Amino acid sequence: MIWRIDVFSQIKPNDHSVCSHIQDLGIQKACEVTVRKVYCIESDPPRNRIEDISRKLLIDPVIERFTVSEGFYEKPPGPGEIMITYNPGVCDPVSLSLAKALGDLEFDAKNVCTGRAYTFEGLTDEEIRYVAEKLLYNPLIEHIVEYEKVKDLVTLDVFSGTAYSFRLNTVPITQATDDELMEISRKGCLSLNTAEMKLIQRYFKDQRREPTDCELETVAQTWSEHCAHKTFRGLITYEERDDQGKLIESQEIHNLLKSTVMKATEDIGSQDCISVFSDNSGVVRFNEDSHLCFKVETHNHPSSLEPYGGASTGIGGVIRDILGTGCAARPFASIDVFCFSPWRMSYQDVPKGLLHPRRVIKGVVRGVRDYGNRMGIPTVAGAVVFDERFLGNPLVYCGTLGLIPHDKVEKQVSCGDVVIVCGARTGRDGIHGATFSSIELDETTITLTQAVQIGNPIEEKKLTEAILRAQRADLFSAITDCGAGGLSSAVTELAADHGVRVDLEKVPLKYAGLTYTEIWISESQERMVFFTQKDKIEDIRRIFQEEEVEFSVIGEVTQDKQLALFYEGNQVCRLDLDFLFKIPRLEKKAVWVRPQEIRIALDEKDNYTHDLKSLLASPNIAPKDWIVTEYDHEVQGGSVVKPFKETGNIAVSDASVVRPDLHSEKAVVIGLGINPFYSDIDPYWMAALAIDEAIRNIIASGGTLTHTFLLDNFSWGAPTDEKVLGGLVRASRACYDFATQFGTPFISGKDSLYNEYIVEDTRISIPGTLLISAVSVIESWKKTIKNHFTKKDDLIYLVGQTKPEMGSSEYFRQHNVAGGIVPKIEPYACEIFKKLSEAITKGYVSSCHDCSEGGCAVALGEMCIGANIGANIFLAEMPQTENMRSYELLFSESPSRFIVEVRKENKENFEKIIQGVPYGLIGCVSGDEKLLIHDKNNDVVVGASLSELKQAWIHTFSEFR
Amino acid sequence: MSIKTLVLRTAGINCDAESEYAFRSLGSQVDRLHINRLKQRVSLTDYQIICVPGGFSYGDDLGAGKIFSLELLLWFKDQLQQFLKKDGLIIGICNGFQVLVKTGILPDTDFVQKVTLTDNDSGRFEDRWIHLKVPQDPSHPARRIWLKSLPEIIQLPVAHGEGKFFANDKVLDTINGSEQVALRYVDASGKVSGYPANPNGSLESIAGITDTQGKVFGLMPHPERCFQEHHHPFWQQKEKVTFGRKIFQNAIDYFK
Repeated sequence: MIWRIDVFSQIKPNDHSVCSHIQDLGIQKACEVTVRKVYCIESDPPRNRIEDISRKLLIDPVIERFTVSEGFYEKPPGPGEIMITYNPGVCDPVSLSLAKALGDLEFDAKNVCTGRAYTFEGLTDEEIRYVAEKLLYNPLIEHIVEYEKVKDLVTLDVFSGTAYSFRLNTVPITQATDDELMEISRKGCLSLNTAEMKLIQRYFKDQRREPTDCELETVAQTWSEHCAHKTFRGLITYEERDDQGKLIESQEIHNLLKSTVMKATEDIGSQDCISVFSDNSGVVRFNEDSHLCFKVETHNHPSSLEPYGGASTGIGGVIRDILGTGCAARPFASIDVFCFSPWRMSYQDVPKGLLHPRRVIKGVVRGVRDYGNRMGIPTVAGAVVFDERFLGNPLVYCGTLGLIPHDKVEKQVSCGDVVIVCGARTGRDGIHGATFSSIELDETTITLTQAVQIGNPIEEKKLTEAILRAQRADLFSAITDCGAGGLSSAVTELAADHGVRVDLEKVPLKYAGLTYTEIWISESQERMVFFTQKDKIEDIRRIFQEEEVEFSVIGEVTQDKQLALFYEGNQVCRLDLDFLFKIPRLEKKAVWVRPQEIRIALDEKDNYTHDLKSLLASPNIAPKDWIVTEYDHEVQGGSVVKPFKETGNIAVSDASVVRPDLHSEKAVVIGLGINPFYSDIDPYWMAALAIDEAIRNIIASGGTLTHTFLLDNFSWGAPTDEKVLGGLVRASRACYDFATQFGTPFISGKDSLYNEYIVEDTRISIPGTLLISAVSVIESWKKTIKNHFTKKDDLIYLVGQTKPEMGSSEYFRQHNVAGGIVPKIEPYACEIFKKLSEAITKGYVSSCHDCSEGGCAVALGEMCIGANIGANIFLAEMPQTENMRSYELLFSESPSRFIVEVRKENKENFEKIIQGVPYGLIGCVSGDEKLLIHDKNNDVVVGASLSELKQAWIHTFSEFR
Repeated sequence: MSIKTLVLRTAGINCDAESEYAFRSLGSQVDRLHINRLKQRVSLTDYQIICVPGGFSYGDDLGAGKIFSLELLLWFKDQLQQFLKKDGLIIGICNGFQVLVKTGILPDTDFVQKVTLTDNDSGRFEDRWIHLKVPQDPSHPARRIWLKSLPEIIQLPVAHGEGKFFANDKVLDTINGSEQVALRYVDASGKVSGYPANPNGSLESIAGITDTQGKVFGLMPHPERCFQEHHHPFWQQKEKVTFGRKIFQNAIDYFK
């Protein structure tokens, strides 16, 4: 029978976060909401055993009490009461932990589930359901428990009636017409086009048989945009035209990735690149024992549907990429970057099928927090960008860095190796995730519920410990993660050069009822696949049992270059691996129309203090301390420069610095660059400026160009639109041009395409967005410097030239000015980086901060606020082009510029190094708590106390703090 | 004689490696063991110091430290009693503190839970540096061992979502009466104050307690994260303080 235990807290009855948002929903009533935990345990009586268990396990005896009742509801729920639980099959980490603890107590429970019960006072039933749906649960993963449906329930096992009995399914395709082939692709959610379906048809015609469903799915997964990156590796016919439509250039691009991003790395030829673009992460030299791994992923589509689950499985997935590099790396830091819609909109204005941005923001941040914190991996760097176009398609980038011993970089696979799957059990989770990411979102996407998952960080934490112990004991020779495509991708990729046989019934399942195909393509989280020799299984068992991680031998490496799958002895798939990995090339057309860039002149104002305050308050600029403090950014003990510092003053860092190996002084500096707004003028400069920004952040914190490496993560619209694809070509070309100019190789990357959604028949595409993540290895953590002013009377320099490059700037966008001139990188940028690094390394610089969004005025403001020390600045002294207006000098976003603080005694030494690139001595650090900026006539154009600047800066996100 | 420290871990404990590093770099031998290994053969009385580190044991799924404390009670109660009798020291940091109060090792080493650490008043996890007040009276239990010769105001980072110290008035009176409060959250000037100085709403701003002897020490802040010169947020402004290192050093010195 089912026992229900309600847990009542005696000290925190009200859920104020709900109350405060009810008003936003348009319900203007006073109300009270209380929430309590509910556990349901299916077991035999007696009741006193349940009471005993509840007392020992389910309550905190100091502050909680409980009641036990029979059934989900002993009687119909009272007025204002609802209970919410997970949908059947959705991962519920708490119930897994509860089952484990019941086992410790030798209590025999058949099933358990958990929920939350809410009691509302002051609202009607209808209002409560509306509030619940908008604020309290997501129907994709949870539901309200209805009294009528559960009152007679005696078991919690919703899958007991669906035991699976084997039946082989074949799909007749060899005789199908083109239309029928497309219908098969559509119905099966395969996301394959006609040409691809015809290739498959030809293969099976040659085989003289029809494919099984499992074979079709395997091909679809392997050939999916997500796994194969068909656009980037395909053939693109590219045309560039001027704004009159005249053809300027045309080119056939064979493999955009290889000819731009990867080519840059090849041409730079750095000795420090150990393994790039081949494994699950990029690997570069770190110290005499270890190499450094870095990978960044996107999880945009899942996060748009279920922000918490999407973000948590996003970070979970990229951590497994590090674990799945070589023969396993140890993750030591994570980053996250988000693009959201501005959140101040009414709930009524949110289009049907989309979530309110406030819910997306909170869900995503909580998702990364709960997963990253529980994993014990510090989340040390990030960025957030706001634009309306991200309303239905937020961007969620998650990245992780790891260390790997030198002798663990290579994977080795040999005939006779056993194939082992380990970690979480396999369920029906995320089926079609890989193919789903190739579909645009619309209102009906909501029905594709299986693509949404919840992560279980403790399962992954256990898995990490077990794998790293097995790695240190040399117990496996190759490993990879189960990501998109599940076992299908993981096993076939590892065995691609050999051949493999898998017995699918040996895969441990969460519940009965999965077909052989579902087992093969399931994307259940927290699983890894590794290959080893038979004689190591006993040692593996010892470690995995101690760490409480399940594993199962599911197959063996062969040498026939075939993928052979069996279920209870029946062959369900036999494919030539050569056919499977001969991924068809897409042919696409791309067009780029060159914009006309004209300087737009605004009227000069007498005073720009108000404008500076507005910029500091912009969500893109205001500090994200409310996110950073929710992340455990100090765990593992390697924190050198935190993303954000507060003991009285709020100081934001340009880059984060971590010391991954406490036995070595070496440290890694992590810098990020992202600014999708420049894409509105030219994605080429958007990409170039992202690279410049990421590198600026590294340099300003004490890193050097020579040991800096880049990662590219494109989030783009549908490449079926030739203009969208044209922009992607432009951006990729910039990646080549500037990576080579700076000598900073790309080591890893990923693309996420089809970031579009449809609202009332209008297609909305996100702005082409490139995140550049840069990592630099420095000799000693002691070489890092501050990003805010330090001492009265110090000299303030501006290094780099300022031009009227206001196009897509924060200032123009705040003033609703479209167009203008987009910032461009000068050939001497590289010299600036090198000279400044030299000055910093030699100790001549007291602090340094780069100029980015909001230009040098915002940078100066941040440097003052961070230390509560003012500055006196003269715009006339800035290196600049002719006829610059004050607002241009203050707010232009010309790249490769830094504000540098230098002690008077270091003036000569600093200038000796920096000469040869544009620089100007623009002012000094003052004794009072004021920022004063003088225009070319020496009139004050910005005059503000630091407290008012700080107030503007920190006020923006006060509702999230 | 070399000092032996046991750093205990289980699924979800995640500050074990840096806690091990802290004791080891100060000269202790350290075994960092999973509780399942302990079940097989290890005797707690082989050690002088036991460290229960921070993390999210079993995800804190039934409440912070709940399942870990249940397992200690089920399998190691006798051994822990022997360990305490034999003059051993125990430190519980963050999740480890939560485990020590839920097993009832703190406040009174009688295995009865009297106090708790529950959800922060702010309703969320927070990682940031805070100020703490350290008792200065040499006879204070905390001053005898763990907090010996630390200045009156120190800084350490907290990183938790369930750190609000709570007990009924009677228990609070007893704890105060026997001087078991080791650390209180204060503002920069050393005054007891509300949020944000008190990061979680702890009653009487209690951040750490000891048993009456001062041998068992539980605290929410992380001393292992104020161990290196580069840990303090403003180390670049010469704030090269390592208050946490001193806490570990004190434990080792106790046995010298």
